[in-house]
Amino acid sequence: MAITLEVNGKAVAVEAAEDTPLLWVLRDDIGLTGSKFGCGIGQCGACTVHIDGQPVRSCSTPVSAAVGLKVTTIEGLGGRHPAQQAWAKLDVPQCGYCQSGQIMTAVALLTEKPTPTDEDIDAAMAGNICRCGTYQRVRAAIKEAAVIAKALPDTTSAAPASAAAAN
Amino acid sequence: MSRYLRNIAGAAEVSGPVDQAAPSGGATRRDVIVAATVAGGALLVGCSMSDALSAGGKVEVGAFGPFIKIAPDGAVTVISKHIEFGQGNHVGLAAIVAEELDADWARVTVEQAPANAKLYANLGMGAQGTGGSTAIANSWEQLRKAGAGARAMFVQAAANRWQVAPGEIMVRDGLLSHTATGKSASFGDLMAEAAKVTPPESPTLKDPKTFTLIGSQRVRRKDSVVKSNGTAIFTLDVKEEGLLTAMVAHGPRFGATVASFDDSAARKVAGVVDVFKIPSGVAVVAKNTWAARQGREALKVTWDESKVETRGSDAILADFKKVAAGQGPADVKWMPFETKGDPASAADGELFEATYDFPYLAHATMEPMNCVARVKGNNAHLSFGSQIPTVDQLNTAKVVGNLPGAVRIDTLFAGGSFGRRGNFQSDYVVECVHIAKKVGNGVAVKLVWTREDDMRAGYFRPIVHHDVKVRLDKDGFPASWRHRVVTQSILKGSLTGTPKLDETAVEGALGSPYLKATPVVDAQLALPDVAVPVLWWRAVGATHTAFVMEHTIDQLARKAGKDPVEYRKTLYAKAGAKRHLAVLDLALEKAGSTVTEGYTRGVAVHESFGSVVAQIAEVKMDASGEPRVGRVVTAIDCGVAIATDQIAAQMEGGTCFGLTATLFGQITLKDGAVQETNFDTYRSLRMNEAPTVETYIVPSGNAPSGAGEPGTPVIGPAVANALLAMGRPATASLPMVKPAVA
Repeated sequence: MAITLEVNGKAVAVEAAEDTPLLWVLRDDIGLTGSKFGCGIGQCGACTVHIDGQPVRSCSTPVSAAVGLKVTTIEGLGGRHPAQQAWAKLDVPQCGYCQSGQIMTAVALLTEKPTPTDEDIDAAMAGNICRCGTYQRVRAAIKEAAVIAKALPDTTSAAPASAAAAN
Repeated sequence: MSRYLRNIAGAAEVSGPVDQAAPSGGATRRDVIVAATVAGGALLVGCSMSDALSAGGKVEVGAFGPFIKIAPDGAVTVISKHIEFGQGNHVGLAAIVAEELDADWARVTVEQAPANAKLYANLGMGAQGTGGSTAIANSWEQLRKAGAGARAMFVQAAANRWQVAPGEIMVRDGLLSHTATGKSASFGDLMAEAAKVTPPESPTLKDPKTFTLIGSQRVRRKDSVVKSNGTAIFTLDVKEEGLLTAMVAHGPRFGATVASFDDSAARKVAGVVDVFKIPSGVAVVAKNTWAARQGREALKVTWDESKVETRGSDAILADFKKVAAGQGPADVKWMPFETKGDPASAADGELFEATYDFPYLAHATMEPMNCVARVKGNNAHLSFGSQIPTVDQLNTAKVVGNLPGAVRIDTLFAGGSFGRRGNFQSDYVVECVHIAKKVGNGVAVKLVWTREDDMRAGYFRPIVHHDVKVRLDKDGFPASWRHRVVTQSILKGSLTGTPKLDETAVEGALGSPYLKATPVVDAQLALPDVAVPVLWWRAVGATHTAFVMEHTIDQLARKAGKDPVEYRKTLYAKAGAKRHLAVLDLALEKAGSTVTEGYTRGVAVHESFGSVVAQIAEVKMDASGEPRVGRVVTAIDCGVAIATDQIAAQMEGGTCFGLTATLFGQITLKDGAVQETNFDTYRSLRMNEAPTVETYIVPSGNAPSGAGEPGTPVIGPAVANALLAMGRPATASLPMVKPAVA
């Protein structure tokens, strides 16, 4: 069926069965390959995107659930989001495959809690598996992103990614 | 793994043509009939290379050799013959070149080499491949020479232009200068002239004391930005006009083959293009991933299971234990791997006995196995994370009927490997090539495996059983050491040929300083056959031998009433294991005497892949009764440290990988079928369970040794030893946390 989505601030029309996981529509139909397939059952978080600012596992979210809502992918962060700056600064990625999902989950956390504690990080990030074991750098980068965000003149930069993408 | 691969015959024979700076489009049509000799037998390939332009193996080598490209603006590209799947080797390789070249590090980028064993063989393997933590080690001299050679060419070009002596020219950050005349020029300015200079045969290398880049904090990853913004391209991300996606229905147990199938429903799924049988199952080819998956769901396949492995993992382990007890089948032979002294001379000492069991482990890379292949006639062009391109070329060539060197492979980033993509069977690659061959016309076919496909496919770290009996001397140190290891051979029947002793099964026990310090040793290995495919898994033999040796030593020390650290030091002194002593001392010094409140420390030290690692782990039992690891102080001796931050990253990651296996890792088979098929049952360490690893590097002037694997095997015994220190029982089997529901 014909479906219209709002992805990274743009309206996109696709032809897909409504039970198709959002992940495959983003990747195969829209060509946004930053979100990854890891498990297909919402266990690893590699496919994490935002729907209306909330982190969701796109591998197990039917595309129909995103209709009428704002979808943001790693590409929609714009590349200079404080989290992305912190990730690069601390050389967080190893293989890099899970990092889009890690970053999207972290951005949602930072939006909700601009200065997250270790407990906040544990709770928010426990759904994202990294087999390379970059966890301690992910933790450090989230804290670094909080610092970077605070240093910015415009505090909206740590606002929901969908807003950042619209800029 | 490099040393296991030395026997792959004639890397040159299986590599393709090399055009020295061939003009583009200059290739000609030609027919060739070639006999390529491959280990284990002769493979005769007669082929018509009708389209040489699309043939792989061709590489345009520029003036500065196969590893360095310099752009007209002076930007330097280092060609990496090794795949990057997380290890950080790309930055280390680039830094070696940049150091000797005196390039501007900010303007150095890394590019992946194509498949060509002539140019890009791993010098420890004789084939192009990455593994055994050898990327930096085998490239060290080669890339230093490449960088120094190119530097000399620029210096000569400047000397010619300025009419001064080469020895008076300085090079720094890509800029050449001559102090007396005040002249200067960049790599870009001099490139055309430098390209005409004959490269020196043996360029002068720097005195390591003068290194300014290697070992400095400036050596940071070059791919962190693309891996933080979604633009890094993995196999799953390959886009191409007309690309089709394939999934394959595989049998439920190892060795199953397709008896028959009904594809009527599958073909009705919108987007499904074709359904056909291939050797490994039934392929569904579709216009997109979801259609392929839905099509596969709709397939009805009947499997021939007449030759499958039907034992459960419990039964396999029980059979291994029988072998260890001398009650195994007659055809299972014992192979000594360390033997010395007369057992009678130590017969009356106090006896320590222990057994250890290790389960199957899946690599469970974040990116499930996948591949993109295009086949036209007998030409194949692959794009994927190829860990051993020479082997993947060879296995592909057999399917398409061409020369291995004619198979083009573009190696992409891989979302982890941990050994899984370095497979003599090239299992998922061959599967993709079969599908692409059937589809034909050079259409790109992307084979996508689900997590379940990936975990059911096997190639696990094998089940291992150790049986250790040690008699102590009057001072409490080992007087005799009897060791039996029973496992499944990784190398038996592989491309390398079956080795006399499969060292992958015993490395780490073999060569242990503790055995060296013991007067009487009787250590033997038995390798019963099991029809479950097994493979190296990050740190290979050390994944179990480190645990057995280090946990045994702690128990022996306690039995002898001695401090485990001092006990080790005495044995290292006896064995002359200076590097072990040095890492242990460094870790102890950095850990200090204050233990984090609520935690107990455990120590382990192990040498693997040429490097020695010591870890002091702080462990506590959490509310749910599971061990939790907090601070881990790590010291490593890996020779000259090039990318120190990446060495730290490998210690952090390796520790998590090893800790996952120690606490949770287990693949069980029930009647031959894999039970854990996704992360809900194959538990992997998560953020809230991750330790904080501190890494300290022992200063060394030795050539670089491994870093990717040596951090993995040490945490397990360190945790087990911390549990001992808490007064808890010894650990006789892994994982420590048994699943609630088997």
